Amino acid sequence: MRYLPLTSDDRTAMLATIGAASIDDLFADVPAEARLEGPIAGLPDHASELAVERHMGALARRSRAAGEGPFFLGAGAYRHHVPASVDHLIQRGEFLTAYTPYQPEIAQGTLQMLFEFQSQVARLLGTDVANASMYDGSTACWEAIVMARRITKRAKALLSTGLHPHYRSVARTMAKYTGDVLVDGDPRLEAGTDWAALADSIDKDTSCVVVQYPDILGRIDDMTKLAEACQAAGALLIAVVTEPVALGLIKSPGEMGADIVVGEGQSLGVGLQFGGPYVGLFACKTKYVRQMPGRLCGETVDANGKRGFVLTLSTREQHIRREKATSNICTNSGLCALAFSIHMTLLGEAGLRQLAAINHGRAKAAAAELAKVPGVSVLNNSFFNEFTLLLPTAARPVIHKLAEKDILGGVSLGRLYPDNAGLENGLVVAVTETVTEADISAFAAALKEVLA
Amino acid sequence: MTALNRAGWRPEMNAAGGADDSTTFTGNRALMLEEALIFEIGGSETTGVDFDEAAPAADLGALARTAPIGLPGLSESETVRHYTRLSRQNYAIDLGLFPLGSCTMKHNPRLNEKVARMPGFADVHPLQPQETVQGAYAVIHELAEWLITLTGMHSVAMSPKAGAHGELCGILCIKAALEARGEDRRVILVPESAHGTNPATAAFAGFTVEDIPATEAGRVNLEALKARLGPDVAGVMITNPNTCGLFEREMKAISDAVHAAGGYVYCDGANFNAIVGRVRPGDLGVDAMHINLHKTFSTPHGGGGPGSGPVVLSAALAPFAPLPFVTKHGDDFRLIEEENAGEDHPQTFGRMTAFHGQMGMFTRALTYILSHGADGLKQVAEDAVLNANYVLRSLEGVLDAPFAASGPCMHEALFSDKGLAEGFSTLDIAKGLIDEGYHPMTVYFPLVVHGAMLVEPTETESKAALDQFIGALRSIAMRAKNGDPALKTAPHFAPRARLDETLAARKPVLAWEG
Ligand SMILES: Cc1ncc(COP(=O)(O)O)c(C=O)c1O
Repeated sequence: MRYLPLTSDDRTAMLATIGAASIDDLFADVPAEARLEGPIAGLPDHASELAVERHMGALARRSRAAGEGPFFLGAGAYRHHVPASVDHLIQRGEFLTAYTPYQPEIAQGTLQMLFEFQSQVARLLGTDVANASMYDGSTACWEAIVMARRITKRAKALLSTGLHPHYRSVARTMAKYTGDVLVDGDPRLEAGTDWAALADSIDKDTSCVVVQYPDILGRIDDMTKLAEACQAAGALLIAVVTEPVALGLIKSPGEMGADIVVGEGQSLGVGLQFGGPYVGLFACKTKYVRQMPGRLCGETVDANGKRGFVLTLSTREQHIRREKATSNICTNSGLCALAFSIHMTLLGEAGLRQLAAINHGRAKAAAAELAKVPGVSVLNNSFFNEFTLLLPTAARPVIHKLAEKDILGGVSLGRLYPDNAGLENGLVVAVTETVTEADISAFAAALKEVLA
Repeated sequence: MTALNRAGWRPEMNAAGGADDSTTFTGNRALMLEEALIFEIGGSETTGVDFDEAAPAADLGALARTAPIGLPGLSESETVRHYTRLSRQNYAIDLGLFPLGSCTMKHNPRLNEKVARMPGFADVHPLQPQETVQGAYAVIHELAEWLITLTGMHSVAMSPKAGAHGELCGILCIKAALEARGEDRRVILVPESAHGTNPATAAFAGFTVEDIPATEAGRVNLEALKARLGPDVAGVMITNPNTCGLFEREMKAISDAVHAAGGYVYCDGANFNAIVGRVRPGDLGVDAMHINLHKTFSTPHGGGGPGSGPVVLSAALAPFAPLPFVTKHGDDFRLIEEENAGEDHPQTFGRMTAFHGQMGMFTRALTYILSHGADGLKQVAEDAVLNANYVLRSLEGVLDAPFAASGPCMHEALFSDKGLAEGFSTLDIAKGLIDEGYHPMTVYFPLVVHGAMLVEPTETESKAALDQFIGALRSIAMRAKNGDPALKTAPHFAPRARLDETLAARKPVLAWEG
């Protein structure tokens, strides 16, 4: 077996050193009734690289890759062009095959990268500090709600109806068992957000208000007033960003007063990967840092006075505090954070702004073109690179008919809200820099045919 | 570049620090290269990405970003150099033996990376129409079948994002099962030797955590456990093989006792690598167990993640498993999510994460499993256990091995700091290993052993590599027993000397403030 270096002579010699007659002696503590003799039945034996690659390649070909044709899906996962050097650099063995930097003297590469990542994320989201990553946006969102409960000592969270339904589901699952109270609902097919109504429903029991920006229907809005309302009532404003590229063009949630900003960082560096691994962003104001979940990297000096970085404030974490920890997270999304950070470094501020502007411009062009299809209109009065189309019929079957024409034409609200027939004509369409003008024309033409 | 020296380092400070009398102009020392922060070398107008078109004008009114963001950019050549230089300040499995106990730092095969990057896996959106993602569902299903067969369990929840998330999944299944029985049991029992995520998870899900005492031999005290079981106990979380590197011989009796008292058995499967192909947790009465794909099935640890933590479940807990999951119908696969769960899976506790879990880890783990096959996986466990016992027996004469008399260890060998010279600690041994060119073992875990050193060599080390490591550790142990003062200031040859963690925590600098 190509990954196992011991020879049978080695094994014999080592058993002799140990003083065991056979390998079975080393498993003597396993009770006889639980011991398996021989390999487990019904499973194949080892295989060559070639054979495994062939098998996996055949499975890969059973899916239609996004890059094979016109592609317009978003709703929390976006297809952006990732520069070639990103994937090259994250495959450096010193990054790929290291682990959590517990021994800082020989992990400065990972630690400095994390410090840079935290700094980039904090600046992008408009907050003071960010942590070293969470699993993904949806779990980061729940952790933010829990953190707000700890800070405010209140347990009622108001979720905007524009929050991604999967994020809402995760929160609902957890709240069932933790005693948190969630006030939530499905979005309405309206041009603007529900934030004004949310501000009115804050009361003395409210721990936090959770809004998504841009929201699940692609709408963007100013959260300044909502932040003021939260502050006046002693509640926290949590903003969720699932498309960080947007922040190259529009104001950050932190600038508008959000207390905690979480997000999905997949757009930069990570790729679609059928939903994971992604990278959760988690950022907040300095005054809340000791209530944060997850790992934090900080600057310090070594015994010779040289600058260096370490994991810090770990008295918040499970390995020190056990049942009193702020979260149970241990392994996070380190390598995806690295990919995010490299992509962001390549872009820089100028590149990010340009990328964002191109996305927005492309989306506006697509919205205009698609709105020309008879019976189709655009719901939003504002958007970044994603908007909601209203079709004259249920969108879900339309999606399947478009797929037959080799066009992946967005995410139907029927898929996201299967129990809400009132939303079934909605289609969420994302348009990034990877979409060409020809793709847009092909989509519009196919949509026209399907609806005819 | 001035900020390279933000900490106020001066050449004369070397006198205090001792070892460093070879100052260079750059601060570099041949292949040991210093690297500034991107914030010190990048510019707001510099970019490493070219676009085919100019930025079109936007009319976003008051929402338009006007103030600078403060993000530095680098050209591609500078970017490649920056991260390559940083990478060289890291230790990694690719460089040598990485005996970090409980973390299973085994070789990461590169075929797995190649496969994960096939467009049909890497460039697929989680919400694509089901007929366009049959290959992705096929991978999830095929891996699920392997995990079920290897563990002898009833079913598996694939979506948890890492081990701790898997623990949460199992604990929520237990909560949901108790609720379905109309019982409100509040206590989860966890041994003191457990990983911190176990009590943290139970508490995160709203349970009260209580300790299970251990025996002198380093295992769960069955009698004490039985005495504590009762109508308020929801279940236990037991790690097997445990964090002392020992197999819990009485696991079946533990499970039977917990079940008889109306509770459930969660098994932390972080150490499955020791028994894969040789023991099935399903035969030991386990109700739920997470498998860290980043440990046993070698998906790369990536400097801290990502991981993946599928949870195998007993028939008793399977009905409560989270959404979504994949089912097979003839040659086709179907995703069970919120909309169709009503008919097929009505008792689910709900969703734990957006989308479907760590697909990129599934492709790697399945590739690893197919490469090994049933025979290879069994050999994995055997070699992992053989290597650990070889380390244990080769070093028990120099380092105190508190459970050496308890029988063979499983895949990791545990030592304590007993017998070191006055003023010398486990930390000094760890830092000494760094100078010898190794990543230290896990230190100060498990908590039940004073100054614990948990050594997990894994099966992907050759005998020659083990012999050299044993020699190095023996030499450092002797230095610590003889009170060699140079060990107190180790490492001397690493990119940094010991770092001031107290300063970092007292005055946290968590982001660039320049
Ligand atoms: C024994 C044990 N349990 C649980 C965990 C948690 O797993 P993860 O880090 O994947 O969340 C770990 C790993 O770090 C572990 O060693």
